[in-house]
Amino acid sequence: MLYFSKLRIISVIIFTIIFSYFALSNFTKLDDKFFSKNINLGLDLQGGSYLLLEIDNQPVITQRLQAKIIELKRYFKEKEISLKNFSLSGDTITFEAQEQDLEQVSKLLNDKESDINQYYQSYKSHEFDVIENNNLFNLNYSRYGLVLLKNASLDQAIEIVRRRVDEVGTNEPNILKRGNDRILVELPGLDDPNRIKSLLGKTANLTFQFISQNSEESFGTEKLSFEDGSREAIVSKRIILSGDNLVDAKPTMNSQTNETVVSFSLDRVGAKKFGKATSTGVGKQLAIILDGKIISAPSVREPIIGGSGQISGNFTFQSATDLALLLRSGALPAPLNIIEERTVGPDLGQDSIDAGILSLIIGFLLVIIFMIYKYRAFGLIANLALVTNLFLLIGILTLFEATLTLPGIAGIILTVGMAVDANVLIFERIKEETKSEKNPIIAFDAGYTKSRTTILDANITTLIAAFILFFMGSGPVKGFSVTLGVGILTTLFSVYFIARLLTSLYVVKNKEKEQLL
Amino acid sequence: MNNISFNKFYRQFNILSLILIITSLVFLILKGLNYGVDFKGGTLIELRTNYKTNNITTIRDSFNQMNLGDVSVKKFGNETDFIVKFEKQNSNDPEFIKNIQNKLSSSIGNVDFRRVENVGPKVSSELLKSGIIAISLSLAAMLIYIWIRFEWQFSLGAILAIFHDVIITLGIFSIFSLEINLSIVAAVLTIVGYSMNDTVVIFDRVRENLRKYSDIKIYELTNISINETLSRTIITSVTTLLALLSIYLFGGEILKGFSLAMILGVIFGTYSSIYIANPILVALNVSQRTIVKEEKD
Repeated sequence: MLYFSKLRIISVIIFTIIFSYFALSNFTKLDDKFFSKNINLGLDLQGGSYLLLEIDNQPVITQRLQAKIIELKRYFKEKEISLKNFSLSGDTITFEAQEQDLEQVSKLLNDKESDINQYYQSYKSHEFDVIENNNLFNLNYSRYGLVLLKNASLDQAIEIVRRRVDEVGTNEPNILKRGNDRILVELPGLDDPNRIKSLLGKTANLTFQFISQNSEESFGTEKLSFEDGSREAIVSKRIILSGDNLVDAKPTMNSQTNETVVSFSLDRVGAKKFGKATSTGVGKQLAIILDGKIISAPSVREPIIGGSGQISGNFTFQSATDLALLLRSGALPAPLNIIEERTVGPDLGQDSIDAGILSLIIGFLLVIIFMIYKYRAFGLIANLALVTNLFLLIGILTLFEATLTLPGIAGIILTVGMAVDANVLIFERIKEETKSEKNPIIAFDAGYTKSRTTILDANITTLIAAFILFFMGSGPVKGFSVTLGVGILTTLFSVYFIARLLTSLYVVKNKEKEQLL
Repeated sequence: MNNISFNKFYRQFNILSLILIITSLVFLILKGLNYGVDFKGGTLIELRTNYKTNNITTIRDSFNQMNLGDVSVKKFGNETDFIVKFEKQNSNDPEFIKNIQNKLSSSIGNVDFRRVENVGPKVSSELLKSGIIAISLSLAAMLIYIWIRFEWQFSLGAILAIFHDVIITLGIFSIFSLEINLSIVAAVLTIVGYSMNDTVVIFDRVRENLRKYSDIKIYELTNISINETLSRTIITSVTTLLALLSIYLFGGEILKGFSLAMILGVIFGTYSSIYIANPILVALNVSQRTIVKEEKD
């Protein structure tokens, strides 16, 4: 166990130097692109916001089911089968068929080729589960149908979220899918997440609808309240124009009224629609509606055919900027709820780094002093291994650009405390062996060999704990498992290559001495 | 070589452990654990005031006026730093935190929100579930590992030792109403690893000695093995505790609970690998035949 070949010595040295170099690149500015990597600091250390958003898919599901009812009605009408009592309760479509049509309806609903089952042709499974009960039919979203719907709405939402976050211009945001209805947004360095939160909290569904002349709510109209909550108005359900037709929006100053407004321009289809509606509706009030609230309802004085217009509505410059941003980035398919938020201010992050480094230095010194007191020359060897261990650990974390969190720093300090264990096991074993074996080289060799399985066993158990933590833990705790796990690997390396190499050199040189350890 | 008769006190310490475990379980069942916002849901705000005149009472009073449910206020390190926790978390209102900050500024002067954690009920129950799964999984994984490496008598001893450590550590958290959050779960998992590590070292020696001496009874043999590995046990515990103590004292308020749980775990882990794991080998009457039979298979 004590013999090292020249080649091995050289490779150990080279390996150590490379990783130490990576470790040092965190503290120095290097020109070399390959080596100048940095450990990423977690949000708890550099400050920033972590937001977990959940899509509320219910409105989308209801909307789709309503569309499905229309589709079914039309389809069966074409086939000249009469169905009645269509209704939607919860997430179930129910309708009745006549006795003689039952077989036919059932066949068409389950037909893989039929036009109402287009879903089947692309995904090889049914979008809806059909339950027949006498002459009643119940249609529910199937598991696959629901997954696909959720995935589609998540994909769309994540794109919109990304656009909105990018527009605000934070540095290196991290936007990720979580499951099939969640989005994780990490915003490093962001001190005040309030603006982003309110931007992400809006669906931003913009529509232009005429205000109805009738004063009573009726079929085809709906009652909506104004944004400021001051009054309500009856609005026609017919949508003249929606946010989809917008190509640009920006805050501007209206030179006549000296008021901040949002100017928008429309695409060709939108411009055409808008021109047509405004030319027939001169004199009427056109309501501009955002997420079910009327922002303003100006009267149409003349047809607007240029494909551009303005939205007014008691905006401050900030609120006009935000509205323009929302309109530019588009509407979310469904509302988002913030179900988890963690924000750390930058000064607390810095305090945590300082405290972490201070406790690392103190813990490190205490362990080093204790080891020298206990083992003298061999304590020094164990300490050299410990220093290399730290360099390797930081070097590997740097190389893989791992994220360092506050619990991660705790993991490094804990590694310092536990790393000496392997060397202690070896040294204690050697002490026992020297009692029966006079030749120090043989005693040292036996000490290393006999302690090996114990050391492996002991480290594998901790490695298992670290692995489970890595897969089950979240955020900062994950950082802890990474440093703990990598720490075990670097510990084994530093013990079996660095410490053993130094020990063998020392023992061979001092083999004449009476008591080495 | 040390020669301390650990085995003379097996019975006494087993009774002590039993009392500690029962006490812990009673507290865990009747009083329960003090879950933080991670597992209970709600809002946590770490704030710093600019005025020395603000104390726990003034801060609690102004929070109580905002109708946020149960509010708790604690000092957090510095004179001017406080941790405020309350039940309400309003995920649908993006202005929720901003409004609190505005109201607070008008009642007690300018405050700086250094940290905000806002966890909804769905997320907190998921986090709790995954925490429990993680701890159970790690116990199962340890059991399997040690089963492969040793005989079943040994794995039983090691697992009971780990249960002992985890239950007592959680029991202490329950008795003193210390907060259980995500980092405590990490600490418990590390305790599991550490306790296992300590037990494995002694068990390895027990097994080696079982092969070496056929005429020594397990009662004596465990004592010899504990003594032979004692200096390692002490030195490793001391270095680990030095590192943990350094985190506890200098690592900042956020890591206090984590390092305290670890310190308790290391102390109980060291104790249990001597006084729980070994007596179980004695009780199960492990002998040379136990391991020889296994090796022939």
